[in-house]
Amino acid sequence: MNFSEVFKQSNQLCKVSPDGKYLATCVQYRLVVRDVATLQILQLYTCLDQVSHMEWSSDSQFILCAMYKRGLVQVWSLEQPDWHCKIDEGSIGLVASRWSPDGRHVLNTTEFSLRITVWSLCTKAVSYIKYPKACQKGLDFSRDGCYMALAERRDCKDYVSIFVCDDWHLLRHFETETQDLAGVEWSPNGCVLAVWESCLEYKVLLYSLDGRLLSTYSAYEWSLGIKSVSWSPSSQFLAIGSYDEMVRILNHITWKTVAQFQHPSSINNTKAVVYKEVEKRPAVSEDLSIHNISMGSTLFSTQSKYEIFLPPVHLPVVKPDPERANPKIGISSLAFSSDSRYLATKNDSMASVVWVWDMQKMSLAAVLEQTAPVRCFQWDPRQARLAMCTGNNKLYLWSPAGCVAVQVPAEGGFQVQSLSWHSSGDSLILLGKDHLCLCYMETEQEDK
Amino acid sequence: CGFRISPREPCTYIKDSDSSPVEYRASPQRLLTQSTLHRNSILSSFCTEENVQECLFHITQELASLGLSPVGTGCERHSELDVVAVLNCMNDLIQLHRRELRTLENMEVEQLKSNSSIDYLQITSTQLKEQLELSKRENTGLLERERQLQLKVKSLENHLKNEKEESEHNMIFSLSCKNFRILLRTELAKSKVEQHLWKTDKTEARHEGEMYKTLLNDYDNRQRELLLENAELKKVLENMKKDMVSILKTKKTKEESDDEDIFDATKERVELFSDDAREKLTNGIRLQWRKLKSHVERLDNQASLVDISARSNKDSVSRETHEEEMHKLRLEIQQCKDYIRMQQQLLQRQLSSPCDEEVTSLLNNCYMQQEKERLKGDWKTLEEQRKIFDRERGNFTEAAIRLSHERKVFEENRALWLKHQFLNSSPFPDSSKPQISRLGRKVTARQISFCAVTLQCHLVYRLKYSQVPVVRWANQKIIFNRLCSHTVV
Repeated sequence: MNFSEVFKQSNQLCKVSPDGKYLATCVQYRLVVRDVATLQILQLYTCLDQVSHMEWSSDSQFILCAMYKRGLVQVWSLEQPDWHCKIDEGSIGLVASRWSPDGRHVLNTTEFSLRITVWSLCTKAVSYIKYPKACQKGLDFSRDGCYMALAERRDCKDYVSIFVCDDWHLLRHFETETQDLAGVEWSPNGCVLAVWESCLEYKVLLYSLDGRLLSTYSAYEWSLGIKSVSWSPSSQFLAIGSYDEMVRILNHITWKTVAQFQHPSSINNTKAVVYKEVEKRPAVSEDLSIHNISMGSTLFSTQSKYEIFLPPVHLPVVKPDPERANPKIGISSLAFSSDSRYLATKNDSMASVVWVWDMQKMSLAAVLEQTAPVRCFQWDPRQARLAMCTGNNKLYLWSPAGCVAVQVPAEGGFQVQSLSWHSSGDSLILLGKDHLCLCYMETEQEDK
Repeated sequence: CGFRISPREPCTYIKDSDSSPVEYRASPQRLLTQSTLHRNSILSSFCTEENVQECLFHITQELASLGLSPVGTGCERHSELDVVAVLNCMNDLIQLHRRELRTLENMEVEQLKSNSSIDYLQITSTQLKEQLELSKRENTGLLERERQLQLKVKSLENHLKNEKEESEHNMIFSLSCKNFRILLRTELAKSKVEQHLWKTDKTEARHEGEMYKTLLNDYDNRQRELLLENAELKKVLENMKKDMVSILKTKKTKEESDDEDIFDATKERVELFSDDAREKLTNGIRLQWRKLKSHVERLDNQASLVDISARSNKDSVSRETHEEEMHKLRLEIQQCKDYIRMQQQLLQRQLSSPCDEEVTSLLNNCYMQQEKERLKGDWKTLEEQRKIFDRERGNFTEAAIRLSHERKVFEENRALWLKHQFLNSSPFPDSSKPQISRLGRKVTARQISFCAVTLQCHLVYRLKYSQVPVVRWANQKIIFNRLCSHTVV
């Protein structure tokens, strides 16, 4: 594994272009575009204010920089650096901005979700979409970029509108059987739309592309419900994580559960491998020469490695405070591997533990216990390899062959707050508070 | 009191057409009479004997406000009623009143008229709306038809194109085709004008079509997958059934296996997509499984019975010995396993340590050490033996040398003696051979015997200490004896 040098970034805005060639980062009000392989600066753009959100267009030709405070969006072209575009929402404000799948329209959500403005970069035309709903995930594009599902709220009722993305023509508009719709998500094959309720009620509705209700699923009543939802890449399974610390997997044929994964605090009798991160502080050598001290953080940082523990294993549980809102309990993160073979989950009451489930056997495959709460984990887009970080200076990788903890060799310590994979699966982008670092996966270390 | 209906005042009866209760509007004259009666009652209480002046004054004022001449004469206090004026005033009032009534009536008539016209308009508007709906529907129907016709037209046009090409190739150009084309062109020209109206419909239809296509593809894929899965599972069930049948067949009698044969025969070529076949398959599986289960249960019972019976017989002893044997065998197995394991470990150790050559060489040497030592011992003994042999050989060679020396000496002596003898033994005392006799000594028989004795002694001595030249000596002895026998005179 090779690590690049550390670069500055602000606001955790660092994205690789969809074609994998360029890396765009925001440093205060500047947008820096680098080549991924050499990390040389190719383009430098200056925005009018500090950038709140940055996004590549789907064809990697344009970059969108949104400045929410000023209600401005600036679009930059990679091919023609002189071309510039400024979208001003004016007094109506701006809370969200995103590209359309064709990379030629910008969708701006105004303040208080009053409307969504669709700006066309080609024709300079503007369309408005009224009554969008401000919820967890109110807008979703299908993976092939053909359709857009939008949650709407009119007259205290929830509706879903399906638009065709070529010309923003309204294909379907139907009322949903929900009290308070929280999110919509397309299945990867674009034929089924999953709609779920807010956490006050456990309810998932599945609609076909043409607006027919296919099925409704509700696991239980009178308790906090759904916290997270994820489709498997093959569209075969829908994983629902809920506040009762369980993940339920629905199958795409009957829309009934095929498995229920529990997250108990003590693990007995399982074929899963339990990895625990063990820190070992290196003994301070007597030779405290200048050379050794100047080696820097390696002297004072802790080395850690994984050890395998045999069941029964007890995991540390943090009970959520019942007085506070948004209790830290339940399955908040779900992620399928790219081959749909594995599912990684995180239970908020055991925030330092990541659970990996084998979807072929429908059982627990591995449990990874870290020393600090896991901040972010993501699957390699090409193979079954999970990368995660816990806010310290280490990067953790799991694969079915084993588990490894790698220290990021950066001077002055580099606390990894979040990470994202390059689309080729060859490198990882590690984001710290104000810095970023690239990790190239040339050699595969899979010991232990 | 009755009332007069003046021919001037119209009397209208209006009926509401919307089936509301009939409103009967009375004639204004009747109303007037009623109001006058009512007014009369008021008037009667207005003026009495006491307040005539005040009333008069009041009336004067009222009349003034109405613009009529006063009725009273005289001053304010003592005004007297001028009858003429009063009558005129009354007439004026009546006229006024009549006029007012007339206008009121007219207004009412007008109002009635406008109400009726409103109603009429409402009716007409609803009718028109319905008509509009109908016409809209018709319009959409027509539009749809036009669209279909346009499609038809397009297809016809394509057809025509093909025909044209054909005709060009075949050099056929009929007038009817030409006319048809002209007809098409004119129709197309017409339709182009209205094309922009249909654009949204087309795109809508296109979007709908694409959406349904996506859904259909998805359903197709899913159905295909399910069919494959189904086929596989059915195959598995089939195989299971066959296996079960075969297992049961070997143990069952013929009669019972007949019906299974029938099942097998039908299953060979049956279409597994029909409900009937599926039911047959599942029923067949259930039947076979039940049979297998019962069979296994039977076997279990038998085994347990056999067990019990075996235990009750004299087989108890055999069982014990059997157990002992088993135990022995187990121990043997364990030992063998341990041995194998040890061997494996050693082998692994040997294979897995290629870097430490000294150790391996040492190890190798250890194995050879015993043999080496044995070899050394053997060598030693061999060496000793060799030494002994060498010594003996030395002795023998010495002896042989000595022997050869002595033989030489003996030979020489013999030769000398023979020479002597020969020289001396000549019948002629004269020595014809002077070169031979050097010694010139007369060798007597005694001398010969003495030589023989010494020689014999020598022989004995030699025989004692050497075995080897015995034969030669023996020969020599024979020769000598012969010589002696010859020479002894």
